[in-house]
Amino acid sequence: MTNLLNINYYAVAPELVLIGFAFLVLILDLLLKGRDKAVLGYVTAFGLLVSIPVSYFTNEPVSFSGMVAADSFSAFFNIVFCVAAFLTTLISMDYMKKAKADRGEYYYITLFAVIGMMLMASANDFVNLYAGLELMALSFYVLVAFKINDNKSVEGALKYFVLGALSSGILLYGISFLYGYAGSTNFAEIARAASAGSSQNMFLILGVCLTVAGFAFKVALFPFHLWSPDAYEGAPTPVTALLSVGSKAAAFAVFLRFFAGSLAVLQPHWAMLIWVFSAATMLYGSVVGVSQKNIVRMLAYSSIAHAGIILIGLLVTNDKGSSGVLYYLLVYAFMNIGAFSVITLFVRNNGKGANICDYKGLASKRPWLAFFMALFMVSLAGIPPTGGFTAKFFILASAVNSRYYLLAGIAVVSTVISLFFYAKVIFYMYMKEADDASVFTASPGAALYNVVIVISAVATVLIGIFPSVFMDMAVQAVKPLLM
Amino acid sequence: MLTLSHYLILSLLLFSIGVAGVLTRRNIIVVLMSLELIFNSVNISLAAFSYYLHSLTGMVFVVFNITIAAAEVAVGLAILVCVYRRRRTTNVDELDELKG
Repeated sequence: MTNLLNINYYAVAPELVLIGFAFLVLILDLLLKGRDKAVLGYVTAFGLLVSIPVSYFTNEPVSFSGMVAADSFSAFFNIVFCVAAFLTTLISMDYMKKAKADRGEYYYITLFAVIGMMLMASANDFVNLYAGLELMALSFYVLVAFKINDNKSVEGALKYFVLGALSSGILLYGISFLYGYAGSTNFAEIARAASAGSSQNMFLILGVCLTVAGFAFKVALFPFHLWSPDAYEGAPTPVTALLSVGSKAAAFAVFLRFFAGSLAVLQPHWAMLIWVFSAATMLYGSVVGVSQKNIVRMLAYSSIAHAGIILIGLLVTNDKGSSGVLYYLLVYAFMNIGAFSVITLFVRNNGKGANICDYKGLASKRPWLAFFMALFMVSLAGIPPTGGFTAKFFILASAVNSRYYLLAGIAVVSTVISLFFYAKVIFYMYMKEADDASVFTASPGAALYNVVIVISAVATVLIGIFPSVFMDMAVQAVKPLLM
Repeated sequence: MLTLSHYLILSLLLFSIGVAGVLTRRNIIVVLMSLELIFNSVNISLAAFSYYLHSLTGMVFVVFNITIAAAEVAVGLAILVCVYRRRRTTNVDELDELKG
């Protein structure tokens, strides 16, 4: 019986490590008093660091009767989640003090969110996937509402919650039809049923459409993006960084494993749907981003546009497209968290530092910070020699290879439009003089921000200059998907 | 004689009522109730499939769903209480501080 169930704790070792650390932080939070609580953030960061090598060495493709697939694909994503959460934990320690929301819950809820993402990345069964998705989503609802004395934070959390729960419901309804079609919730069984049966089965079509809609909410694709700018603006800024990188990467991991892996045989049928989503999302994100005054909202729309471009890699169901998605998500994690760290450093409780015009004259007051911010903007816009350029290059090359010429053209147009609002930030920093330089005074905990900003900047440039190293990793990671 | 279609039509009706409620109602408490309707419509559809396919996975999934939906409502109500304390309203239209 144990053989049949195949209970293998090595397959979930990264999750187990983080669960251990989450409970440790929870107990420490109860035991420690006053100033000693500062240690909680460091324990969390250490736990995330420990989880990186554990994820790297975990390779158990079939365990728990096929429910968990801890292969090189999930290892890649687990490392991205851990790095992203590590960097955001470092910047949140000082931010939470500044925002007067310095409570111990923050750290273990962050860890639970990361555990949820890891479960999603290694899920090979809808039951498992849904449990991971909800663990992540519930943690994020709480984290977005973390500044409970701030109107914007709780309002953003409520909007995120209502639309997130609606999307979970739609996703579940789609899963129930896929279960009715295949008689199983396992990805491999559904793939077998899909390749054997007719592609015109009503349950299959309904199931695929509804699951796509459910995931489109999580990734914030165009008609389902409404929650994202509000949740991003309301949330504490480090949470926004983790939300934009982590939850997006986790949803793409599932998208890839289910659509590019299991439903690859039906690619001609779902390709049209994804094509329309991708084109609409890229154009919408970049056009609406142009009119934004708040820098976090601008990055929210930029993240919508990026999701549209990443979706092209999903549409191209081959190793080039899928590895392009992984590479893009890796670069996106570093450049986005870097940009958000600079914002986290300057944003104040009274709303100062949240608008693009607050960054006027940053270059003359804090030249290094302005340089790094400009670097992240250049990378987000996709200009060489940064990682953002090579990531876009790989995705567009795979699209052209598979003859999606029009979609590649739309991606280029959207990139050009989005260049406008990235350049606006650089323009304000370098070409204008500051009216009120008090915004740029450093807070006492600035050292940790500098560490995060430098790590992100070095990674963004390194990935851009030596793409082959990281591309090989991504190609290795997608191998189990495309057998 | 009740067939699979009867259950599926019931679940479709409940699902549609739930989605319509979430999209049109202005009171957040009614919106949360509509969300519960959606989750329960899914449970009916999963249980019906499970019964007619003679497979237990669906039943297990229903138990998971009920547990997770309970956790979801707990978090949702907690956020709602926070919002009510700050704004003294449960009307969606009056929550308009974030826009653009």
